[in-house]
Amino acid sequence: MSKDFQLHPDLASTFAWQVDSIYFLLIALSVLFTVGVFTVLIIFSVKYRRRSDDERPKPIHGSTALELAWSIIPLFIAIGVFTLGAEVYFRMYRPPADAIEIFVVGKQWMWKIQHPEGVREINELHIPVNQPVKLTMTSEDVIHAFSVPAFRTKRDVVPGRYTTMWFEANQTGEYHLFCAEYCGTQHSTMTGRVIVMEVDAYQQWLGGGVSGESMVDAGARQFVQLGCATCHKAESGGRGPSLVGIFGGPVQLATGEIVTVDESYVRESILSPGTKIVNGYQPIMPTFQGQISEETLMQLLTYIKSLSESE
Amino acid sequence: MSSHSENPALQHHFDDLKQQYEAANMGMWAFLAQEIMFFGGLFSGYAVYRYKYLAAFIEGSNHLPIFWGALNTVVLIASSFTVAMAVRAAQLGRAKSLFNWIISTMVLGVAFLGIKSIEYADKYHHGLIPGANFTYDSPMAGQLKIFFSFYFVMTGMHALHMIIGIGLMIWLIPKIRRGAFTAEYYSPIENFGLYWHFVDIVWIFLFPLLYLIGREPWIQL
Amino acid sequence: MTTTSTTEAPSASGHLADPDVNYLNNEYGIKSWLLSLDHKRIGLLYLIMTTVFFVVGGIGAALIRIELMTPGGDLLEADTYNKMFTMHGVAMIFFFLIPSVPAVIGNFVLPIMIGAKDVAFPKLNLLSWYCYMVGGGLATFAIIAGGIDTGWTFYTPYSTTYANGYVSVALFGVFINGFSGILTGVNFMTTVHKMRAPGMTWFRLPLFIWAQYATSLIMILGTPVVAITLLLVVLERVFHIGIFDPALGGDPILFQHLFWFYSHPAVYIMIVPGFGVMSEVIACFSRKRIFGYSFVAFSSLAIAVLGFIVWGHHMFTTGQSIYAGMVFSFLTFLIAVPTAVKIFNWTATLYRGSVSMESPMLYAMGFMGLFLIGGLTGLFLSTMATDIHLHDTYFVVAHFHYVMVGGMVMAYLCGLHFWWPKMTGRMYSEVMAKTSAVLIFMGFNLTFFPQFVLGYLGMPRRYHVYPDEFQILHVASTAGATVLGIGYLVLFICLVSSLINGAKAGPNPWGAKGLEWMIESPPTPHNFHETPVVTFEAYAYEEEDTLLPVPGDGQTTGAVSH
Repeated sequence: MSKDFQLHPDLASTFAWQVDSIYFLLIALSVLFTVGVFTVLIIFSVKYRRRSDDERPKPIHGSTALELAWSIIPLFIAIGVFTLGAEVYFRMYRPPADAIEIFVVGKQWMWKIQHPEGVREINELHIPVNQPVKLTMTSEDVIHAFSVPAFRTKRDVVPGRYTTMWFEANQTGEYHLFCAEYCGTQHSTMTGRVIVMEVDAYQQWLGGGVSGESMVDAGARQFVQLGCATCHKAESGGRGPSLVGIFGGPVQLATGEIVTVDESYVRESILSPGTKIVNGYQPIMPTFQGQISEETLMQLLTYIKSLSESE
Repeated sequence: MSSHSENPALQHHFDDLKQQYEAANMGMWAFLAQEIMFFGGLFSGYAVYRYKYLAAFIEGSNHLPIFWGALNTVVLIASSFTVAMAVRAAQLGRAKSLFNWIISTMVLGVAFLGIKSIEYADKYHHGLIPGANFTYDSPMAGQLKIFFSFYFVMTGMHALHMIIGIGLMIWLIPKIRRGAFTAEYYSPIENFGLYWHFVDIVWIFLFPLLYLIGREPWIQL
Repeated sequence: MTTTSTTEAPSASGHLADPDVNYLNNEYGIKSWLLSLDHKRIGLLYLIMTTVFFVVGGIGAALIRIELMTPGGDLLEADTYNKMFTMHGVAMIFFFLIPSVPAVIGNFVLPIMIGAKDVAFPKLNLLSWYCYMVGGGLATFAIIAGGIDTGWTFYTPYSTTYANGYVSVALFGVFINGFSGILTGVNFMTTVHKMRAPGMTWFRLPLFIWAQYATSLIMILGTPVVAITLLLVVLERVFHIGIFDPALGGDPILFQHLFWFYSHPAVYIMIVPGFGVMSEVIACFSRKRIFGYSFVAFSSLAIAVLGFIVWGHHMFTTGQSIYAGMVFSFLTFLIAVPTAVKIFNWTATLYRGSVSMESPMLYAMGFMGLFLIGGLTGLFLSTMATDIHLHDTYFVVAHFHYVMVGGMVMAYLCGLHFWWPKMTGRMYSEVMAKTSAVLIFMGFNLTFFPQFVLGYLGMPRRYHVYPDEFQILHVASTAGATVLGIGYLVLFICLVSSLINGAKAGPNPWGAKGLEWMIESPPTPHNFHETPVVTFEAYAYEEEDTLLPVPGDGQTTGAVSH
């Protein structure tokens, strides 16, 4: 997060050079076309300038060969650039399985971040260097966007659903965190820092955090307090389906449809339980919409996920 | 292009009545294309949510009275017939019969709106109007609110088009009585007919989408 | 050129008598303007009002640029700043860019170009101006009464639930204004289909008509979708129904889909008529047929059609499915092809031509440069990997200003300078016009080029305060905006003073081809003395200039040339 004037942003993640290389390729193409077309325009304008008002140049109707050439060549260039961009995008979209999972809640106008170990921070995100980090994000109010230019990535943070993004920082240091989607009066102050630390320093930082309770523990506590445990027992036979070992797998609904139990499904099932009833169960669960905070919901989610990770 | 006919209906910027007729006709179709996109936006929003919240949308459908909906469908189809007859009468230059058919269309249009208002009043008593009186109690209340929001916006927009149609007839009637339309010049009647048919067709889509599909058998699950 | 025409070529300064009665002096009084059904007068009504909105939007832009000279919020409060960029966006997009070329230039020249006395539905044409006025009035009221801070994109749930102020009024204004575009689209499409003069076949149409036709298609099919979408936002704000509210399970992203389904094609409503202007001007000032007429004609239609299926490229970062993203990205790349074809064809038109750099041509050259950069930087945004980084940054701001201001506004000014003599019967000062063209070109680049760099550095859009290290580029941008502002001022003085002391233009000051250059300047109320019969192709620059005959005296328009 240098204070000096720059023409090019820091490169601090594994995506940075991948995006930059496409960027420079596109700059090269743009310069080539701009200079090319302009050179021709200027040459024609000078060479064929009007010398007398009586000039009546011979008409040229066109040339199919030329037309085809300058349709097909740009088409192939376009397909090439598309492919390069799509490939990097694919990678940006698919977090590796071993990524550290951190939870982000955006609200007007701050970022609230929870680490799985239980440490919470506001407008700052501490992460270890050279380790993939996955963010699971949602918003309490309007749409925000979590943007870290030095990592060349961003993702919208949308109320009512989870979005995810991931990156692997490869340079220690402090980098800008911006809210990139306009979110109201103080939009431009919804900024912060991403602090990339050596692994040891990160572990030390985590240990020095205030909260001692990990997200899984907090989720387990909430699971009992909110009464979830009364119906969703560890073994089958409860009034609600058992939640052990279900995360990530398929489940059949009352309508016969089969869905995957992922973050969104768990979220929907807590906030709007009647929407997708598991086959063989009654729609008796009350809604928790408006009764639990996004942070609590994320703790419950972490706990439910942990029930499928034991073995 | 000196063959200007003497017909007073010919506007100055057209060469002849045929050109004027064709232009009016084409303009109307272009306008209807616009209308399709207007309702298309609503229909696609409806489709997205129906896919997302199937159970709630089916539950919502069951709160709509099939009887009144079906009756309104009959009323509108009848009005499509009367308006078609009106256009026919105009083409044949039968002013009296044209007048009668337009009046019948108007009566049917008003009847449709009357029946619709019975339904709306019923929704109000049952607390099913989002924003005004929505007291539905269910774990899916939010999603039902979305369903009823679509119900009211879609039928409301449709009703607004009906009201505009009735307004157009009120505007046409004095002209009909004055004998402004003849076998040579009847494109306002024909284009009004196109508009009215379009509004009917929208209802033909709304009725099954809102009232019918996914109804009874589903809910017993 | 009709068969009876036997004149010698009238020169640009020829002593052709002005018509005694033209569309400007056939009636007097405010009523004769406000109730006019003459497409030319309605075009001028639009010209006046779009200029007013351009000034309103320009004031917003000026305040934004001054505020951004320093990293802190010195001049404006955050809330005021947000209202300013919203005002800038709403005024410029909905009330200036969208109506400018179609409704100002299109209204004026489209019927004449195809040999018609008027558009097909003159009353609807006037009604469309009133829709525009009512919409613009409501939006202005919203701005004056308290402002709106949603940004011109009105994203939910901010616009439905969180924003204060007169959002509903402004949205309703934009909704009403939508009818203005729809009516213009219906009118132009019908006019092109049904009102062409005898002999004016589809492939004899000037390319401006093809471009307007493609634009009408977008207006008819796109505008109603945004109309219903904005209406839903209004209903949700006013009556608290639930369509987009995430608390009910509503989907705020659905709004973006519906919004961009119109608003991306709307970009082509703004730029495609500009392409049409380019074809006319480049042909005229190189005295050549447009190279590859049919490719240029069909590329307008191709852009219009493809424009409808690329809206998702505004939403790569929303978390939409990866496959949807791929499809939208690919289709977006396809649009690059017809666009490139146009650029290459215009360039090739100059080949072996007779090129003259009068002010409209200077604007056309400016358009070529700026639009080329605007189009090429579009590739950075359609490439998904780079878009993720660039989305919602100043790179996007710079890109669409290059396309919209550098492309569209330059094309509009180009067209205005080209047809000004026809509209007013007067010539403007060529020196001033050229000065303003150069100032605008240079000021524009200085304003917006630094924003590409800012965007890649990560500077987000709609930021009232920003990190210190971005300041140098912001100062450069503001300096450029000052030059740009001066350029517009010179242009304004140039055109207004031409009305006072401009030389008489004569029917065809540029030696241009096309029906509009074969009648008087300014035209008579019904454009033609009798319906012309077209026997020539567009851009037959190898032939002599001719004028249409006036029936009765056996002479050419207005008077004899010798």
